[in-house]
Order: sequence, then structure tokens, then C-alpha cells
Amino acid sequence: MADTRYTKDHEYIRIEGDTGTVGITDYAQGQLGDVVFVELPALGKALSKGGEAAVVESVKAASEVYAPVSGEVVAVNSELEAAPGTVNEDPAGKGWFVKLRLADASELDGLMSEAEYQDYIKTL
Amino acid sequence: MLNRQGRPTQAGEGESQHHETFTGNRALEQIEPLIFEIGHHETTGVDIEKPAPFASRLGKHARQGEIGLPGLSEPEAMRHYVRLSQKNYGIDTGLFPLGSCTMKHNARLNEKMARLPGFADVHPLQPVSTVPGALELMLELARYLMTLTGMPAVALSPKAGAHGEACGMMAIKAAIAARGEGATRNVVLVPESAHGTNPATAALVGFSVKPVPARPDGTVAVEDVRALLGPEVAAIMLTNPNTCGIFEPQIVEIAAAMHAAGAYFYCDGANFNAIVGKARPGDLGVDAMHINLHKTFSTPHGGGGPGAGPVVLSERLAPFAPVPFIHVEKGKSRLVEHKADAPAGNDPFGRMTAFHGQMGMYVRALAYMLSHGADGMKQASEDAVLNANYIRAGLADLMSLPFPDHPSMHEALFDDDWLKGTGVSTLDFAKAMIDEGYHPMTVYFPLVVHGAMLIEPTESESKASLDLFIATLRDLAMAARGNDKSRFTSAPHHAPIRRLDETRAARQPVLKWERPAPVQQAAE
Amino acid sequence: MRYLPLTETDREDMLARIGVPDVDALFSDVPRGKLLEQLLDLPRAKGELEVERILGRMSAKNTAAGSVPFFVGAGAYKHHVPATVDHLIQRSEFLTSYTPYQPEIAQGTLQYLFEFQTQVAALTGMEVANASMYDGSTGTAEAVLMAHRVTRRRKAVLSGGLHPHYAQVVETLSGMADDEVVALAPDVRAGEDILGQIDDSVSCVVVQSPDVFGNLRDLKPIAEKAHAHGALLIAVFTEVVSLGAVTPPGAQDADIVVGEGQSIGNALNFGGPYVGLFAAKAKYVRQMPGRLCGETVDADGRRGFVLTLSTREQHIRRDKATSNICTNSGLCVLAFTIHMTLLGQAGLTRLAEVNHANAVKLADLLAGVNGVEVLNESFFNEFTVKLARPAAQVAEALAEKGILAGVPVSRLIPGAGLDDLLIVANTEVNTDEDRAALVAALKEVL
Repeated sequence: MADTRYTKDHEYIRIEGDTGTVGITDYAQGQLGDVVFVELPALGKALSKGGEAAVVESVKAASEVYAPVSGEVVAVNSELEAAPGTVNEDPAGKGWFVKLRLADASELDGLMSEAEYQDYIKTL
Repeated sequence: MLNRQGRPTQAGEGESQHHETFTGNRALEQIEPLIFEIGHHETTGVDIEKPAPFASRLGKHARQGEIGLPGLSEPEAMRHYVRLSQKNYGIDTGLFPLGSCTMKHNARLNEKMARLPGFADVHPLQPVSTVPGALELMLELARYLMTLTGMPAVALSPKAGAHGEACGMMAIKAAIAARGEGATRNVVLVPESAHGTNPATAALVGFSVKPVPARPDGTVAVEDVRALLGPEVAAIMLTNPNTCGIFEPQIVEIAAAMHAAGAYFYCDGANFNAIVGKARPGDLGVDAMHINLHKTFSTPHGGGGPGAGPVVLSERLAPFAPVPFIHVEKGKSRLVEHKADAPAGNDPFGRMTAFHGQMGMYVRALAYMLSHGADGMKQASEDAVLNANYIRAGLADLMSLPFPDHPSMHEALFDDDWLKGTGVSTLDFAKAMIDEGYHPMTVYFPLVVHGAMLIEPTESESKASLDLFIATLRDLAMAARGNDKSRFTSAPHHAPIRRLDETRAARQPVLKWERPAPVQQAAE
Repeated sequence: MRYLPLTETDREDMLARIGVPDVDALFSDVPRGKLLEQLLDLPRAKGELEVERILGRMSAKNTAAGSVPFFVGAGAYKHHVPATVDHLIQRSEFLTSYTPYQPEIAQGTLQYLFEFQTQVAALTGMEVANASMYDGSTGTAEAVLMAHRVTRRRKAVLSGGLHPHYAQVVETLSGMADDEVVALAPDVRAGEDILGQIDDSVSCVVVQSPDVFGNLRDLKPIAEKAHAHGALLIAVFTEVVSLGAVTPPGAQDADIVVGEGQSIGNALNFGGPYVGLFAAKAKYVRQMPGRLCGETVDADGRRGFVLTLSTREQHIRRDKATSNICTNSGLCVLAFTIHMTLLGQAGLTRLAEVNHANAVKLADLLAGVNGVEVLNESFFNEFTVKLARPAAQVAEALAEKGILAGVPVSRLIPGAGLDDLLIVANTEVNTDEDRAALVAALKEVL
């Protein structure tokens, strides 16, 4: 079963083997409003933890999406170019941004679990 | 004989009903297509005689094919643009309390003066000997600006506020480079509450930006600034009065801290209207400040420009002012258009624009200044501040003030705390104001306040106008707190058009008119 | 004071309502000693009549273009503007509105911006155009930065035919970010080897046509070479009327087109306010500076217009914005778009034809004057002549005779050995009498 971890910047990473699927949480998409554009990184790009992985834009806001952990970009969700609204409709599923091959699985330890994240957003 | 010309003259019968009209028009409110839908390629509203045959010198560059632009005859064009104008709200329509924008009355005398042929019909490159009055006007405007700000120099040429910011930051960059610190001093401090232009300008000019945290009372603290200072800091960009409408109480200490650290103080002068004739930036330690002539000196706003952004400069930055400028020596003025012609001791950092800046705006601003005089400008600032505080006093019990501990200057800032739980947002509230005949205040800016509502009435409003505005907002506030959600969430109901789908506009951008594809016959 | 509605009684009542003793209590955050106690040393308020007298006297000292035979161009042009234009732009709802932050009550502004963008795209032959820049020169500097963002390179090559002031504006802005600029030497006869400057390090090539000396330039080979090396072609013009007669830059595969729009709808104004035109290929739209107006629908499905793709802009993106531009040239845009609507392509084509015909007439006349040589092979409404005497002296001598003859190249480019060159413009406003007067006076002066 896949394990999903969360950052304080509202990215999630869903771990399957040595890769992780990164997107923004349902809470984040709600705060941004209707997503109108997503800028994705190049395949093969090496991202470091906390570095810029993508940019997500709504009508009135733009946010950087940071890499929750370090890793190489092995896939990007190019369907978001034509249908950015998928980020709003299904952020945890079809609205994913990039898949990373993890460089250091121990970096996951610093991230929040689902329960911890749910508690965290209650404080916001 | 019986006169048979009698007609019904009473008010008619029955309740008012909302009828759909055949045209879609609603009396004075006319639906107006695009020029591309009503014009024709062969139509023109300008009669120009065809020249006698001649041998072209265009060579191989002559245009082939159509441009694809329709024309309208003069009556059609007149009607088209008059109808468009009627879909717009202006200062002349009603109270326009757009915070940070200073939507004050635009005197038509200023328009008339700017159209004098000696100002409007002179070319930037005609012999200088034929434009002494233009130089005189620029010098007189410069004198007013320097006197009002208490600063020793001014660069007139920037074309708008943000362009003025760039000019001031370039002067700072040049001064730092002249000190030999160009490679190391490259960080600019910008408070979180700043206009977006400040960090954008700093980045444009090649600095990196470090944010200064906002204090809970809406001001910037000198200790927060000091904590960020170091040999890499080039300047701070601070708005005063700030974007929360507060005069920065520690501004003098902040300026001193910057100077002690070898850095400069750029002041964003967007809110200068609050303090003209009351306080001088030069007395506060400012090194550079742009002045939005279209805001403070009413030149006018014109649907989004043209602006004008002259920058006053301190003694330390003055030598780096860009070309062109007018140099006065022994009572004689000289237009300096090239670095090589600059007087000794001057090292212009470059050029901001092709010509001399916004002459048309200079004339309007000077007409404003001459009309108001020293006394009128001081009174205008006092009235602007008085009006803002009067609105604040009239609404403070119903709407929430994020920063109650400081008096407001020329604009009163509210947040959306008081709307919590009502289901009505700042945006909804703003849209309901449209139905009441008002332009909304600035909303969602500054960013440091949640659901910000920034109200700047300016000095142009009478007490009666303010009283009605306050009463209206009180009524709306009560309704928002009551159960009258529909008055807000689907507002505006009475504007020429309802809320627009901005998501669609951004997801599938349509940025110009395209000829519709011909209708296809249905397939058999 | 005629502009201030509050009465003394109002002020007292309002202070009482606020609960402060006097207005200075509202200025209590101003540091001690910094609140001015006396009026500044400037004159007191004046009535309209007095202000008109003062400014009228200043204005009268200048020689208005319309009062003399006038041939000055080089980036700003004297054209006739229909009376309708100035009437319409002074309507309150246009003049006293602002940036359309509330689209429901700004459809007038938004619709004319949309019409303007469509007109500029059609004129330049480009796919998209923005809602204006300050002027052509600042637009050119922004175009270079945009090309750097697109190509991720930092070197611009400027043609020697680019208006020298435009080149300086580019150099000033680029210099601040340490971007490289290679400015080619002044190129009076359009003979420079710009293709030889293009390699894989170049972000963009900036070429003006008609260039500052009036020559028409072939942009297509430059675009081809640039594209082969991954660079962009930025095409510049200062005389938008030329687009009624010459092949537009879009048809020559330019990537970004920047121009000065002053000629249409706007007065000379001693250099400003003007209106910068800015167009590009659609694929670069997210890297464009400035505002964009887009079509959409309202809650009832009716067509309407909004500002869009705003995440490029400073108020959202702050230090990562494509530009710091905020206020642009709204009212000048309106003047442009009304004048262009009145012209239509039929009127613009005719206007361009008359401009060119007049310039050809003048060139032929001047070519017959001893001591004058017309240097251009091709031109639109402006060309460069070589004189037997320094052009600045000639222009000054002619000004004394009440003729404004053109722009001496030495005024734009001092110290380059081009002192005998004069740039002469001729538009629809010039009559046969004007041209005859210039020729006669030149004969006397030379």
C-alpha cells in the first residue's frame, strides 16, 4: 500500500517503491482557487528537497511547488497543460505534477503523515 | 373647437416589471458590438485626397495584401465610443475610493492647458532654441517638486510610478557602483506590505529581494530592519505613508539605520497626497522618491495611464540622474541629452526613455500646483486625511480595523474579520457597492491583511457625499451580518454586465477578435 | 479653493465626530519636529484666469509645429488627428476612470483595450498584442528582457539603424542586470553585417524598419539566421503609419514587434505621453510584459472582457514578474484606437500613400539643391540627407527663418563624424508651399 507524506507548504508525495508522485493537497487547491496554468520541470531534472519543482497559477495567485524530497524527475503530468482544472478536481489523483526517483528515502522522515497534516491544517 | 391634443400625463399604471427587450438594450444602456463586427474594410471616417501618381521608393518592401482592419464612418465611430464610455465608472460619475490610487477630481483647466499648441504641438527634437517655454515649464515643475519634497534634485523623465521606481533604484545602483561596491551590495529590503511594483522593480534593476516582516500594528520597526542589515544590503524600499495608510512612525530611525550601514532609502511616493505641505521626505532621510503625478497632482488617471513618475533625489544620488535633464548655471539653462555633455561632477547612469518624459502630464501637474498654491495643497492633504478618518470613524463599530492603534492618513484600511461566518466575502461586499452606485475600494491589498478593504476618499468629496457613503456602507454591513446573502454573492445586479468568468479567460485566453468560422452546412 | 468642497464648519464637525481636537492630531505619527508649521515657499492659490495667463505665456514662447513648415521626425511625427478623437478621449467616463480592476463597471475601457490589441496584432501581422507600454523605447528594452526569458540567454545585438535613444534605453536597463548588449555602429546606408553577429550565444537581434535614417530593412534573412541559432528577432518601428504601406514584421517572421504608436491619435507633446505597441508570437504570451485584456462571459453567458494572464504581473508575482510596469498608456491607447477605427485599412493605406508621396516629392526637390545629397535607396516618409555644412548649424539657421527642417544626426549621435547629416520627415501635413519654402531657404543657407 502506498504511503503518502505531506509538507507544511501543502505538497504531498505518494511513495511507490523508489518513486514518489508529487502534487498539491486538496486544501492547497482550495486556497489557490481555479488553477489556470501549471509550469512543469524538464524530465531528468535533478531537484533538491525544498527546491522549486513547478509553478501553479490561479487567476489571482501564483505559487511555487517545492520538491518535498530530493530526486530526479522521471515523469511530468503533461495533461495539466491542456486541463489545469484537474488540479482542482482531483488533486490527489489525476491532478499530480511530477514523479521523482527518490535520492534519499530518509528525507521522508521529516514529512507529516496524513493524520499529522489534517491536524496541521486545522491550525491554519 | 375642441383641442384634441390632450395626452396622458400621469405616471402610468401597474408595478414596474422587468421586461426582456427585443434589442437586449435597456434604455440608456446599449449593447455595443466590437468595431470588427460593425465596420467594413472599405469604410473610412477620414477623408484624404489620393495623391497624384508618383514613383514609389518603397522598393521591395511594399505591403502585399490586406491589413484586415475595418473602418467606421465618423457618426458610427462617435456612437461606438460614446456607448463604450457609458459602460465605465469614473471620478465624475461618483465616489471612487480606490485605495492607493488617489482618485481625486480632474480639473478640466489642466486639460485645456496641456492642449496649448506651445506644449502639445512641439517636437522633442526640434531646435532647443525654439522651445524655451517648454524648458521653463519643466524647471518650474522641478522647483515645485523639490520644494514640496525638500529634496535638492529631481529626474523628470520617468513615464509612470513604476518607471520612477526603476529610475531611483538605478541611481542607487550607480552610486553603489561608483563606490566600488557594485559586486557586493545587491540586496534590497522590501516590506511584505509593499506594492508589487517594489520587489518587481528591485529585481528588474538586478537586485535580489529580502522581505521585511510586517509588525502586528501595520508598521515597519527599525529593529526588524537593523536585524537584516549587512554589507550586502543596498537599500530599503519603503512606502510612506505605508500601504496600510499609516505614517511610518520610525521612518527617521530607519533612514538613519540604512545610512549608517552604507545603504540608501528609496521611498515609494504613491501615497504622497497625504502629506503634501505637511511633511517633506527630504526631512525624513529619503534618498529617492517617485511622485505619481497622475495621483497626487491629478493629471488624470485616464483608464490606466498615462502616468508620470518624476523622482526626487538626495545630494548623494543627484549626480547619477539620467539624461536628458536641464542644467542651470549662472541663470542660464541648458538641455543635457548626452552623458558626454553632463556638467562636471555628474555621471548620468543612462537614459530611461527616448525623449524628455511626460510633458503633457507636466503641464497638467503644474496647472494643478499653480491653482492650489502652497495653501491649497496643504489644505488638500489635510482634507484628504480628514475625509479618510471621518469614514473610518463612521464605520469602525461595524467593520473591523486591523490596526486601530494608529490614526489613518489619507486612506482607511479594514479587514474581513467582521465578515467571518456571514458567507459574504470582501469581493462580494465590493460587488454590492457597485449596485449602490459606488466604485469599490481597493480589495485584497495590502497582502498583509486578510480580505483587505482600503478606502481612499480623497479631498474631493463633500461632507454630504461622505455621509451618504458611510450610511450606504453601514446598510450593506448590516445586511451582510443579517441574512441577506443574495444581495452580495450574486452582485452586482444592476451593472451593465454581471460577474465575469475570469477562470475561463485565463484557461483559454482569447486576446483578440477572430473572424468567426463560416457556418458549415449540416452533414447529410 | 474651488477644488475643495469641505467648509470650515464641515471640518469642525468632522473633527468632533472623529474625536480629535484638530487636524494635526491625525498626523501624530509624524516624528517630532518633522511636521511643517508654516506654508512652503511657493505662491498661493490662483484662479483659472491667472493660471491660464502664466501657462499661456510659457506656451507662447515655443514654436508650435503647426505654425511653421515642419519636417522634424526621428521617432515622433506631426500628423493630423481628427477632432473626434480628442472629443471622445475627454469624456469623463474615459478620462477619469482607472485601470479596470472592477470589470463590471469598466467594460468601456476593457472593450477598447481588446479592440486595440486586435488592431495592433493586425497591423504588425502578429498573433498577440498587449494593452500598451509607455512608449516605443521602453517597450524595446522590455522586449529584450522578454527575449532573454524565452531563450535563457543574456546577449542582445542592436542594429546600427536602431534609434540611438532606444539603444540607450536598452543599454541602461540591460546594464543594470549585467546583460550583454552589442550595439553596432551607426548604419546610415543600411549596409551593416548584422547576420555576422548572430551565433548560439545571442538571445535576440533588434532591428528597426524604417530605421532611424529612414531606410527600409529586409527582416526575413535576419529572422532566418536568428532562428537557426535559437535567437529571436525583435522588430522595431517608430513610425506606425508606415505599416499602411510596407510589409509588416509579422510577415517576415519577427518574434516580438515593438513600436511607437504616437503618430496615430496622439500629439507630439514634446516627447510624451506616447503609446508603446507590443506584439509577439502567441507561444511567448506568458513571457510578455504589461497588461492583457481577454474575452470571456458573465454569469448570464453574455460576452464581456477582463484583464487576464495577470500572474505574469507585479501585483501577483512581485520579484518574479515579467516586468514592473503597472500604469500604462490607457488614454493614449484610446486615442490610437479611435483614430485607427476612423481610418480603417482604407484610410490608413491612403494616409500612408500620401505620406510616402510627399516624402518622395521632397526627396526629389532636395536632390536638386546644390550641396544636398539624399542618401536613402528606400524610405517611407523620412530620409537622411548629407549637407555641405554641419547639419546642426543649418537646422538652427533655418529655424531662425521660421522653418523646422529636421533632426541633425549629431543631436542624436554626437562625436561620430556624422555632423553633416540631417534626418528629414515629411507627412500628410506638409504642403507644396512648405516644401518650396524649405528648398528656397536651404539654398540660401548652404
